[in-house]
Amino acid sequence: MKNYPMRRFTGAAGILWSFLCAFVAAASLLLILGYIVFNGASAINWEFITQLPHPVGVEGGGVANGIIGSVITVGIATLIATPIGVLTGLYLALFARGGFAETVRFLSDVLSGIPSIAIGLFAYTVLVQPFRHFSAISASFAFAVLMLPLLVRTSEEAVRSVPRPILEGALALGLTTFRSTLLIVVPVAWPSIMTGLLLAIARVTGETAPLLFTAFGSQFWELNPTNPMAQLALQVFNYAISPYRSQNTQAWGGALLLVLAVLTLNILARLLIKSRVSVIR
Amino acid sequence: MSVRRLRAQTSSRVIDRVFIAVLLAAAIVFLAIIGGLAYSLVAGSSLSLRTFGAAFLWTSQWNPVTNQFGALPLIYGTIVSSLIAILLSGLFGVFAAVFLADFAPRPIARPLSFMIELLAAVPSVVFGLWGLFVLAPAMRNAIDPFLQKTLGFLPIFSGPSYGVGLLTAGVILALMIIPTVTALSRDVIATIPIDQREASMSLGATRWETMTKVVLPAARAGIFGAIILALGRALGETIATTMVIGNRPEISASLFAPSYTLASVIANEFTEATTDIYRNSLIELGLLLFIVSVMVNGAARLLIWSVFRRSVSAR
Repeated sequence: MKNYPMRRFTGAAGILWSFLCAFVAAASLLLILGYIVFNGASAINWEFITQLPHPVGVEGGGVANGIIGSVITVGIATLIATPIGVLTGLYLALFARGGFAETVRFLSDVLSGIPSIAIGLFAYTVLVQPFRHFSAISASFAFAVLMLPLLVRTSEEAVRSVPRPILEGALALGLTTFRSTLLIVVPVAWPSIMTGLLLAIARVTGETAPLLFTAFGSQFWELNPTNPMAQLALQVFNYAISPYRSQNTQAWGGALLLVLAVLTLNILARLLIKSRVSVIR
Repeated sequence: MSVRRLRAQTSSRVIDRVFIAVLLAAAIVFLAIIGGLAYSLVAGSSLSLRTFGAAFLWTSQWNPVTNQFGALPLIYGTIVSSLIAILLSGLFGVFAAVFLADFAPRPIARPLSFMIELLAAVPSVVFGLWGLFVLAPAMRNAIDPFLQKTLGFLPIFSGPSYGVGLLTAGVILALMIIPTVTALSRDVIATIPIDQREASMSLGATRWETMTKVVLPAARAGIFGAIILALGRALGETIATTMVIGNRPEISASLFAPSYTLASVIANEFTEATTDIYRNSLIELGLLLFIVSVMVNGAARLLIWSVFRRSVSAR
């Protein structure tokens, strides 16, 4: 081969370029986090996390109702999505065969790519339009649909990663399918299932688009999920596009709270199992 | 076998049947939800489907006052902002994946991968906030004037810059989808068997030549799939785009100009839609997004599968 120095130089330059690309991608996380922490930290104080929002133009106030609202909405979504998602995953991993399993798997993958705003419209037509008012429960439903594909896939993979002989051994000892699944297979797969659940919760915690016409937001303390309810992510959105400077500052504070919640959930999820689980949809 | 034993066995068989039936029921509920999603979008947009027909796609009038609804400017804004995002994230993301998969020493690869994947976890509204207050002013004051000075003879880099517009939205979207491109491409590259790399290097190729002439061609379909999957995400991204694209339903040649996307129109106008035809038209935009993302995702999954399957059978 001719011109070896030139080829070596091209190789080194190419590797350097690929390093720079990876570095730029990773550094943009730090850049964004840096701004959020720097601008958000000054907005966060005791009043911010314990008080209701003040009327527009009045300084001070907080996002306490949004924090509670987000926790309630995501909590109900988790209660709806977990049984459907985990049981479907269990079914796919252990009992489904052939075309039916492939169909469910493919549709699950496709569902994970549907924009959240379209799922918000679905929740609107099913749970807002018939009752003629916005409600936190409709937001929970939208969130549950967003969580499902991730739950189905991670719990299927978790159960599948349990070595088959463990299940067969339990069956051979005379345990019923029911008991060997619940007492032998599920406990082994449990950490991975929990990881999937945490990632699914993290995914909807910062989600904003479907909330616009489901939970809608509220200025007040609202703990009844059949009413419109304040949401932290929605407050960040509304305060960010507000013309008032004091609300812009509060948007940064709310964003910092969101980022802290989401990153904590993600890091917890990774600590739970050693192997790498991708958060990529 | 004693009677009691036999009875215990029958009841346990019943429990097993019930158990499997419950699992199957969960899977059927899951399928029903997906079906309900498709149905509700079609049913919810029936009025505008009937009124405007296919012309909805190429009429450029979006006017709630006269109840004239055509999606062309929104389709244009959606496609152009996503294409900018795909160009940028493809350029950076694929090479980042190359580095992480083959060239990075382990102690560097792990933290870099971790950070890039955490970037995917940052909520959309946070990207939007950052885009609105940090990126948009930077585009207006530095980047757009620079592009105009150096490449201003191109119509896409001409005209006034407001900070918010197609290009800014494209950059934010690129940041949001670069983790998808990088992580999936890295996984695809990692499935190409090590023997192929060894064969290439034993013939005297450098590591870079092995990557560009052997590994990347073998992984091409999968990387293409990763980029299409990211495209699907960019097309449907809502909140961040809404905050930085300027929200004006117009088609203009300049990338500095404000524009509008399918998803942002729904986000901004749905709660203000007072007439039935208005609400139906907005739901039809959602239906459009649904159809496009089903096609894009289906295609992407098939491409990624093809590489995984081929390299598994080659082993």
